[in-house]
Amino acid sequence: MFETSFTSSDLLFMLQGAGVTLSITAWAMVFGTLAGVASGLICTLLPRTSLPLAWLLDAFRSVPLLIQFVLFNAFKSIAGWDYSAFAVACAVLSVYTAAYCCEIVRGGLQSVPPSLYRAGRSLGLSGAQTLASVIAPMATRVAFPGWINLVLSVMKDTSLVLWIGIVELLRASQTIVTRIQEPLLVLCIAGALYYVMSLAVARIGHGIETRWQDHD
Amino acid sequence: MLDFDYEFQWRQALDAWPELLRGAGVTLEIAVLSMVLGTFIALALTAMRGAHYALPRWAAGAWVSVARNTPSLFQVYMLYFGLGTLGVMVSSWAALLAGITFNNAGYLAENFRGGLKAIPPTQTRAARSLGMSAFQSFRFVVLPQLLRVVFPALTNQMVWAILMTSLGVTVGLNADLTGVTQELNVRTFRTFEFFAIAAAMYYLMAKFVMSVARLMSWRLFRY
Repeated sequence: MFETSFTSSDLLFMLQGAGVTLSITAWAMVFGTLAGVASGLICTLLPRTSLPLAWLLDAFRSVPLLIQFVLFNAFKSIAGWDYSAFAVACAVLSVYTAAYCCEIVRGGLQSVPPSLYRAGRSLGLSGAQTLASVIAPMATRVAFPGWINLVLSVMKDTSLVLWIGIVELLRASQTIVTRIQEPLLVLCIAGALYYVMSLAVARIGHGIETRWQDHD
Repeated sequence: MLDFDYEFQWRQALDAWPELLRGAGVTLEIAVLSMVLGTFIALALTAMRGAHYALPRWAAGAWVSVARNTPSLFQVYMLYFGLGTLGVMVSSWAALLAGITFNNAGYLAENFRGGLKAIPPTQTRAARSLGMSAFQSFRFVVLPQLLRVVFPALTNQMVWAILMTSLGVTVGLNADLTGVTQELNVRTFRTFEFFAIAAAMYYLMAKFVMSVARLMSWRLFRY
């Protein structure tokens, strides 16, 4: 017969973990997107001068996130900074997000034909105006699905912060597993929570996409 | 801001390089194995998703969506701790390999589906009417073109596989690059130095894979 010592307070604990997962994702996405859009613009507008920036961001894409967390955490202790593990997690994930977001933004900007820029200029718009009201709206539509994919992948990558001692969803379920010794059940619940969160983000993203298509 | 009183001890970390290099070998081995297995499974999944019957279609769809919508760390945990409950004892090495393979197959199946769209179905019909069997027309007409379309995605996934092997340390694997680094770290407490070197090695491996892939694509896809 099916018996379990999994209680409702355990579920609450896991939901709190899911809340931490979501809040780390949100912070990382906000800062990462801001930095990513900025660096994407720089990389597209000044492809030669921004080569060092591109290399730097490429390094963050070529090193496992787990190692980045450990490295930055160790560096924090060496430098004597008094930040919480949560801040470290958000900072590292932001840079990681920015590295990917830069590529997405660059791809979006490059998908806009250069003749549109010239058309905007010949209509009397300034360079900045053309960028803001001609190029950006078109590039956003191209880049948006990639950005939603980035949200999904960052949300999944937050599970790695358990290594630096933050109790997020996966860590919370591991704690419960240690107590009640039913890994299969608890992990299935954790997986279902991740699945639902991903599905929700994907749905919202899809909704926005179709809404934008209506106005085209 | 950066006037910390900490003596960096790079010598100790650099002296350990034979061990780290062996770890990098294990990392590459797991990544390559998982990619080879993952590609075959992904091809099977792609075929199953286009199948006539509902059951294989559903199974393949479930595989792909679970692999893509849950963290890879969760997948490795599930195989290591979850299978243990069912009485199947897997080593951390096998759990890691299976986890990454599961993940690779899910992502690659999605890429393959996109790639198949680029190949007109008339080609299969033409091959079939030339007397090729269904398998032959897939093997000699569709597959070569498909591989060309999905090659960049395969390369990216290979880099991802290398980065994902670092998850082995969370289930107690101590043979791959991260595992070796963590062992040395526990022994010496020189966290920053060891992990910085490991990061550099991962970077070099990723670049190595990218350049090999570029050479291969020149060799394979000329004409």
